[in-house]
Amino acid sequence: MLNRRPLSYYLLSAFFALFLLFLYGPMLCVYILSFQGPEGGMSFPMRGVSLVWFQTLFSAEGRGVGDIHNSFLRSIRLGLIVALLTMLIGVAAGMSFRRRYPGANFVFYSAIASMVVPGIFVGFGIALTLRLLGLRPDWWYSGIGAQLTWSLPFAMLIMFIILGRLDKSYEEAATDLGASPAQRFQYVILPLILPGVVGIVMAGFTSSYEESARAGLNIGTGNTMPMELTGLLGAATTPVMFAVGTLTTLFMFTTVIATLLVSARLARRRQLRLAAQHG
Amino acid sequence: MKIDTEFNAKKLVPDIDPSPAEAEAVNRYDVELVAVSKSYDGDARAVNEISLRIPKASYCCLLGPSGCGKTTTLRMLAGHESVTEGDILIHNRNVTDALPSARGTSMMFQSYALFPHLSALDNVAFSLKLRRVPKPERQARAMEFLRLVQMEELAHRMPSQLSGGQQQRVALARSLIPRPKVLLLDEPLSALDPFLRVLMRSELKRIQTELGITFVHVTHSQEEALALSDMVVVMNGGRIMQAGTAREVFEKPANSFVARFIGGHNVIEFEGRTVSVRADKCRIVEAVGGRNIPATITGIEYQGPMVRINLAGEAGQALCAVISDTRFFADPPSVGEKVAFSWMPDDEWSFAA
Repeated sequence: MLNRRPLSYYLLSAFFALFLLFLYGPMLCVYILSFQGPEGGMSFPMRGVSLVWFQTLFSAEGRGVGDIHNSFLRSIRLGLIVALLTMLIGVAAGMSFRRRYPGANFVFYSAIASMVVPGIFVGFGIALTLRLLGLRPDWWYSGIGAQLTWSLPFAMLIMFIILGRLDKSYEEAATDLGASPAQRFQYVILPLILPGVVGIVMAGFTSSYEESARAGLNIGTGNTMPMELTGLLGAATTPVMFAVGTLTTLFMFTTVIATLLVSARLARRRQLRLAAQHG
Repeated sequence: MKIDTEFNAKKLVPDIDPSPAEAEAVNRYDVELVAVSKSYDGDARAVNEISLRIPKASYCCLLGPSGCGKTTTLRMLAGHESVTEGDILIHNRNVTDALPSARGTSMMFQSYALFPHLSALDNVAFSLKLRRVPKPERQARAMEFLRLVQMEELAHRMPSQLSGGQQQRVALARSLIPRPKVLLLDEPLSALDPFLRVLMRSELKRIQTELGITFVHVTHSQEEALALSDMVVVMNGGRIMQAGTAREVFEKPANSFVARFIGGHNVIEFEGRTVSVRADKCRIVEAVGGRNIPATITGIEYQGPMVRINLAGEAGQALCAVISDTRFFADPPSVGEKVAFSWMPDDEWSFAA
């Protein structure tokens, strides 16, 4: 056969299989162990199968579960606010690059540079500065601010990719037809970049939800989910931690799938609207 | 596609209501450029002090090689490019610093720039939506313009479901619906295949005639410019080389650049003068009482009714004669043959400068 697959195809496939195994294998262990029987411990073998650890988690008797419920709610609240701010600031920043302005390069490179600065030091620096200013860190300003240093560069990069593909003549055509800058954004640019904007919201939310290096020292008194888990895992004695892992994974997958469904719905609604016009 | 002969295009014409004092001036020129220049960041001028008057309801082609400033000129007319120096007047009103939508111009983009998320109908109705025209009314009016370009049957298609030629018709309807006084077209035919190009060319001319407004059309195709134009403006290096009717430009090129660029001409140094002679007036047999240059045939191209013969003169200069097929086949010459390249003195055109 002439079009036989080359050896590299098989080698790379094997590598990819290893990657999948390495990524999902350990997670699978966590998921399985979360169904450990009541007598079982934090490692294999399984001693029966039960939902007892999930019950423990929700009955909140406090057996090694700490403040998990409140920290989860705090994380959600923080994540939603960070996602919203990331979208607003990221889209605005991306749009500003549609026209060259003095200092545009500085803005771009300083944003990118913030991605390579180690997060733990960004967080530490913010905390030190707050102390110098005599301010007490709290989630609604220093916590959000610390996380924005992480999510905004991503939002900007996503915007660059989306807007880079957007032909400038669409904007010129809209202007030519009498659109004000606001109408141009509302009727032409936003509908075209909407899937990307949904992506930015998603990226903003997930990067906030799992972030603790920057937020840790600046969040104030109430722990977020990743901070709470880090603390609990060190002192864990029962598989209840694994139940938390299974549930958060489920939660994140649900969020991602919901986002995808919303995007698909947006596209389908557009098609339906067109179909309706046919009739 | 059927042509709706009942369709009254006249009602689509912008309502111009000049005061009697203005009427004469308004009637004379639709577009005036007064010493217009464009330079970017102090660099060399992309457009250099061009002055031009386009008469009322003309089809005007800006013709030139790439980088000659024709597109920049068009974009300055549209208001998408600022004017460095000079003034632009449209219907006798100075619009040099006016917004693109406040000039009475409308532009059709080279890539058409149809909004990909809107159907053909919504694209055409876009400018009415911006002005908050109620939906039924704006869709009815958009349909009217789609009919003008014979696209009403595909009104609900998305741009991606339309062919290049169909997209162009929609773009044309979209730019006509604000009722521009002047329509600006940036290389409108360059993305089409040759067959469609000729078809759309006559469509553009038909619509321009029906609407009775001025079209300014940028092109690098001589053929297109000659076929369409009431007025041809040949540009090079940011300057106007010649502006006139198609026939004037073809028969009386102002200089050797125009003669060469417009095609079909030989620019010949003869007895110390530079003259241009139309290739179809040249022969490859000795002319009694005419001008003769010894030349060698370098190539023969059969073009149907005509045959084009490329020659090299004794000084190596490229020459060209276009003769009828009848004359050619009466005594067909062959490549490499030495002949007398000849023309009559009456067919010479001496450049003014």
